[in-house]
Amino acid sequence: MPAAELRRTRPRTGGRRTVPVLALTAALTMSGCAGWGGGPGGGGPDTINVLMVNNPQMIDLQKLTAANFTAETGINVNFTVLPENDVRDKISQEFSSQAGQYDIATVSNFEIPIYARSKWIAPLDDYVAADQEFDQADILGPLTASLSGDDGKLYGEPFYGESSFLMYRKDVLDGAGIQMPAKPTWQEVADIAAKVDGIQPGMAGICLRGQPGWGQVFAPLTTVVNTFGGTWFTEDWQAQVDAPEFRKATQFYVDLVRDHGEVGAPQAGFTECLNNLIQGNAAMWYDATSAAGSLESADSPVKGKMGYVAAPVVETASSGWLYAWSWGIQQASAKKDDAWKFISWASSQRYEELVGQELGWSRVPAGKRASTYTNPDYLAEASAFAEPTLAAIQAADPNNPGVQPRPAPGIQFVDVPEFPDLGTQVSQDVSSAIAGRMTVDEALERGQQLADDVAQRYRDREAK
Amino acid sequence: MSSLTDVGPVAATRTDQGEERAPRKPRSGALLGVAAWLIGFLFVVPVLWMILTSFHSEEDAATNPPSLAAPLTLSGYKEFFGVGTGANPWPSLLNSLTASVVSTIIVLLLAIPAAYALSIKPVRKWTDVMFFFLSTRMLPIVAGLLPIYLFAQWSGLLDNIWLLIVLYTAMNLPIAVWMMRSFLAEVPVEILEAASMDGAGLILTLRRVVAPIVLPGMAATSLICFIFSWNELLLARTLTGTRAGTAPVYLTGFVTSQGLFLAQVCAAAFAVSLPVLIAGFAAQDKLVQGLSLGAVK
Repeated sequence: MPAAELRRTRPRTGGRRTVPVLALTAALTMSGCAGWGGGPGGGGPDTINVLMVNNPQMIDLQKLTAANFTAETGINVNFTVLPENDVRDKISQEFSSQAGQYDIATVSNFEIPIYARSKWIAPLDDYVAADQEFDQADILGPLTASLSGDDGKLYGEPFYGESSFLMYRKDVLDGAGIQMPAKPTWQEVADIAAKVDGIQPGMAGICLRGQPGWGQVFAPLTTVVNTFGGTWFTEDWQAQVDAPEFRKATQFYVDLVRDHGEVGAPQAGFTECLNNLIQGNAAMWYDATSAAGSLESADSPVKGKMGYVAAPVVETASSGWLYAWSWGIQQASAKKDDAWKFISWASSQRYEELVGQELGWSRVPAGKRASTYTNPDYLAEASAFAEPTLAAIQAADPNNPGVQPRPAPGIQFVDVPEFPDLGTQVSQDVSSAIAGRMTVDEALERGQQLADDVAQRYRDREAK
Repeated sequence: MSSLTDVGPVAATRTDQGEERAPRKPRSGALLGVAAWLIGFLFVVPVLWMILTSFHSEEDAATNPPSLAAPLTLSGYKEFFGVGTGANPWPSLLNSLTASVVSTIIVLLLAIPAAYALSIKPVRKWTDVMFFFLSTRMLPIVAGLLPIYLFAQWSGLLDNIWLLIVLYTAMNLPIAVWMMRSFLAEVPVEILEAASMDGAGLILTLRRVVAPIVLPGMAATSLICFIFSWNELLLARTLTGTRAGTAPVYLTGFVTSQGLFLAQVCAAAFAVSLPVLIAGFAAQDKLVQGLSLGAVK
């Protein structure tokens, strides 16, 4: 093709090029307000950044913030919402490097003592003392204790707290002529599960978590181990994963879920069990007290049909866990005062009333304030589970959850940084045992080796 | 003897033994067609399922066995677009668009000259250069994540879209060079010689002779770079926060460990996939030509 002819064709494409160029220019211009710029703690002087887990209570908070907190204070709040595992990774990365991108993050009573030891989060005592309206004395005692560091200072404020209890279908048990004891033993629960298993088409006797993860299967299972007299470690850091009590508890749990548990138990976590209960596929469920809000919500098919009793026991007086998604302020934050204002609002009694009025009282982020359980509006909606929830939280003792002294606090976990990795690895084998691919003894023998590695590190540290 | 790609009717033939042999091509062609439809259907079913689930309520989406005939609702899309929830997907979508489009343009600007120097006018030891480009993909991205994070923190580039643009450019450049090199290698030398004899210089030859031939290849390369950048999660989740977060990071935010989320996630996944699907359909002709022309055929 001659060059002159080539040139003649040139103008044809000019018009087409303008479209992508314009689109790109528009994208770049519009994103100028979204992602450009750098440096930590950005977003303007009256803006704070919050990193939080995607739980329903947090999504409600996101809905209500602009029209209430921002309208009152003028402080804008940027939320980053991530799933639980992702948010833990990101918080750990953010806080350990003190990057300062986020002023506040949702941390639990597992992380707070560890982060406080590393000085990654700021103490809140001065803010609490200066903020009379917040009323720290109203926060339930076990939560305040579990959100404090080794130095006795307060490092977190709870957004909502939870323990664990047994939820059951009253109508199903009544229909079968079964009376649920107010404080059942695990053997009584197993007997009831056997009786109601299959009582309706597709209905399992009980739903228990079997999904691998230190916060999944090992949350309920560790409470079972505690009440069977077992422990992960003795006070002088001897691993006890293959001890008779740990074996007996795990064998009991695995047998119960295999014999009378839900379909797909090795993959079932909180969400799957909640779904099973809502769809009438399980007659009982041992899990977090916060699940009751979902079971009793207005659109729940099992609303009003559920009963709630204390966590089943064997050798201990109580065995419910203690967990609180809480707010922590990053030490590197340059906006700690604004961050406290947000925490003071989000964890306040006033916010609970706002949720109750705007979204419904069953959605209140409860389990943290004593006043919630004297609020007539809340009790009218949550009467079925309010008292068992409060009793479970108040009975929880993270420093003495079993029958022997422990080297670190924690009920459903051992509050050391190594536990997530250890618990998750052992849980994979326990989940395999639930699936029938491995025996409980084999699972715990491997678990013992892993736990012993952790224990050895602490023994060495204490010997120095 | 006709080739396997013939599609017209094939007459019955006789074997050496004189037996009449049935025409094989139409039957094998029909079987291949059925197999292709079946495989295509298997690939599309999850996407169709995702779209259907995105129009169900959370309760219906979570039923087991799945409910096909459940009532349809837009609640999943309302949640995604933040109707009454306080969430806003647009900054994330625009960040993704910016990072993907800008990095793809930079990749093309760098990859085409590099590919030219590796195919049409090969530099010395061009195979070593090609291997070097490929070797940069051998280190898993996750292995470099911590140094990148620390560098970004040190340089104040955390939560900055320009950091993602640079990283996505680096991530896609090797594959783009490899693809463009194989597309440019398809350009017949005779055409280049003819253009040269007609007096066309390098730039004119590139624009008027080479570009039209490799345009399908450029479209395929662009789309692949765009898709890789658009879908990237690991770097975006680690290095961005409230301002430079991308659509995949926003999408993961719908997964919760305490409640039902399947319908919302399906709605979000479909909405986030739409730009890529639209880009794919828009460039379909060029893409098919390109993918059947070069290295990825």
